[in-house]
Amino acid sequence: MLSRTAENLYWLARYVERAEYLARTIDATLRVTALPAAYIGKTNEWDSALLTAGVAESFYRTHEEANEHNVVDYLSFSADNPSSIRNCIEAARLNSRSVRTALTSEMWDTINSAWIELQAVWSKGTSTREDLAKFLRFVQETSLRFDGSAYRTMLRNDAYWFSRLGLHLERADNTARILDVKYHVLLPEEEHVGGPLDFYQWSSILRSVSALTAYHWVYRETLKPWLVADLLILNGTLPRSLASCYDNLVRNLDQIGVAYGRQGPAQRHARGIRNRLEHSNMNDIFQRGVHEFIQEFIADNSRLGEIITKQYLI
Amino acid sequence: MAVAFDEMNIPGGDLRPAYQELARWLKETPPEALEYRRQEAELLFRRIGITFAVYGDSESTERLIPFDVIPRIMSGKEWARLENGLKQRVRALNMFLRDIYHGREILRAEIVPDDLIFQNPVFRPEMNGQQVPHDVYVHIAGIDIVRVDAEDFIVLEDNARTPSGVSYMLENREIMMRLFPDLFARHRVAPVERYPDELLAALRSVAPHGASGEPTVALLTPGVYNSAYYEHSFLADKLGVELVEGRDLIVKNNEVFMRTTEGLKRVDVIYRRVDDDFIDPLTFRPDSVLGVPGLMSAYAAGNITLANAVGTGIADDKAIYSYMPDIVKFYLGEEPILKNVPTWRCRESKDLAYVLDNLSELVVKEVHGSGGYGMLIGPAATKATIEAFREKLKREPEGFIAQPTLALSTCPTCTASGLAPRHVDLRPFVLTGSKSTTIVPGGLTRVALKEGSLVVNSSQGGGTKDTWILDE
Repeated sequence: MLSRTAENLYWLARYVERAEYLARTIDATLRVTALPAAYIGKTNEWDSALLTAGVAESFYRTHEEANEHNVVDYLSFSADNPSSIRNCIEAARLNSRSVRTALTSEMWDTINSAWIELQAVWSKGTSTREDLAKFLRFVQETSLRFDGSAYRTMLRNDAYWFSRLGLHLERADNTARILDVKYHVLLPEEEHVGGPLDFYQWSSILRSVSALTAYHWVYRETLKPWLVADLLILNGTLPRSLASCYDNLVRNLDQIGVAYGRQGPAQRHARGIRNRLEHSNMNDIFQRGVHEFIQEFIADNSRLGEIITKQYLI
Repeated sequence: MAVAFDEMNIPGGDLRPAYQELARWLKETPPEALEYRRQEAELLFRRIGITFAVYGDSESTERLIPFDVIPRIMSGKEWARLENGLKQRVRALNMFLRDIYHGREILRAEIVPDDLIFQNPVFRPEMNGQQVPHDVYVHIAGIDIVRVDAEDFIVLEDNARTPSGVSYMLENREIMMRLFPDLFARHRVAPVERYPDELLAALRSVAPHGASGEPTVALLTPGVYNSAYYEHSFLADKLGVELVEGRDLIVKNNEVFMRTTEGLKRVDVIYRRVDDDFIDPLTFRPDSVLGVPGLMSAYAAGNITLANAVGTGIADDKAIYSYMPDIVKFYLGEEPILKNVPTWRCRESKDLAYVLDNLSELVVKEVHGSGGYGMLIGPAATKATIEAFREKLKREPEGFIAQPTLALSTCPTCTASGLAPRHVDLRPFVLTGSKSTTIVPGGLTRVALKEGSLVVNSSQGGGTKDTWILDE
């Protein structure tokens, strides 16, 4: 297939995934900030929402202080924020238009309808909490519909695999970013500087990656920070864990390699990261430092993006 | 202006035969039902994303072309005559182009004046002596047809460069079949859906001689911001070929390749929807980022077929248009089946004098204009507009032609105040491959939605209709 088509499919999936992640981040932050201050401590949750979205620097260039009003607007609707939800949906539709021939009609319909709704219903942002909740649900449902229609209707060929690569790379990045911002509340008890108040932080993290229920199924325990970290990093059964994303990335890259009769640096690099995750346990990670581990992962993950681009997309 | 010929109603109350069943159906169908279907159609168009861009319109970069749900109907007999006329016309266009870029017999016979060719910016000296596969220059032609009475078909304009609109012909039919299955059941409408197959067959038949048995075809688009982008992606999808942009193609050793995830892949035939001027920055406009550097040298080497060929603009130029009846006679020795609109060439002083004296009666068009831009419709224009135009015309008479205002035929159309006659034209699409010329029965009917308006261009408030040819 055309390199440009593959590139568009890859970015299309990334934009949709990012939009959903932003919606979840806002949703989870709203829940935490709705609690009385005594339960969450003095941290500015809107500030950390910006950090997990990776847009804190650009935000503070034009804003003094982060609060619900301006962060929700910046993450959801701002035209100045290149990865606001609105811009993600706009970019997703533009990408879809340029690769219409590679999309199934269900996928196109999902993106195009979302884009139409964005203009028709959400062009002025949201004014009430209720509105905002509706908007966030709309974004998450768009992502689910898109993902579902890709899964159910696309031929299992390179177009599908490139789209999945985008999805899993973006997802791994998002999960890692949450961990990067919140790692300090995930340290084992003896090293921990916070207190029981952090319970709400943990559940908020899980909620933002839709893993709160999963946690209870997997561990059958009350929330424990190191188990939260274990779930998000190493647990292969949770779709948003780093391990799970890499299982998928390695599989999709292998499928491309087989179809094209050729392996390359992308396959090797992805396998390297997957093997490191497979041979890690939380004890080692805490020993070496969660923060360092996550930062290294984020760098490795974005390096994979560059390698894929060079090998296939240009 | 005389009362226009209506394609459904005969003055005195009778109906023309092709419309009898439709008229019965309209009588049985309540107006609300029609309005409901109209809204449904609009929703479908928007959801599918069948939009076009209007240049210079920053408000809404994507718009829908209004769709009128009342079909325009022609009998099989009428179509047969039109079809023969179209084939004849396109054969002549191709022979004319082959002659202009080789022996130039028509110039030596003094049928067409030299300077109209050689001083014409759309004449491409790069094509002199260049062989194109099977001597086909115009693979896809869109010939704009109007009617003024029950007998004749008149050619308003030949489009031999990159005619658009065929996706509307196909989508309009799809949507009509979805919305009005009962109406189809009461008619025998000739299908149009084989157009993509015929187009692909035509394109493959003209692959360069060195191409493999399974030539690779690609559709070259200027990109998502082009007004006809929807059509490009629609056609690429229906043809099952790659939709490429200039940056996806690369020329190496005079062969054309596309960049794929598996490396470079050779392309044999390019159905290009990029104008000559932009197609190769090394040959034409150096500032073009839409084209492919080196494409013209691959073309000269005979390694790629471009459809349509480069330089076809010389055949559909409005200045050449007035010579078309002579061109048909010259190459085919036949009387033209389709008529031309009588045309005054402002470059000729006698014609110019007449035109200047009768501006308020005439339609004056720029020789190199298109899309209905920059033309004067005398009867509809204010005095001031006419005077301004007069100055323009005096300054550069060779840039204009003039024609009488035609009373274009009308068809019943949904309007705010119920069904009413509105002026229409028709663009059928004529395909030419190595062996044959084919036309799917139908075309794009454009309708001027404003009462009394004669401008059917979508960029100026025109809409479209499904076009039915009855298979009797």
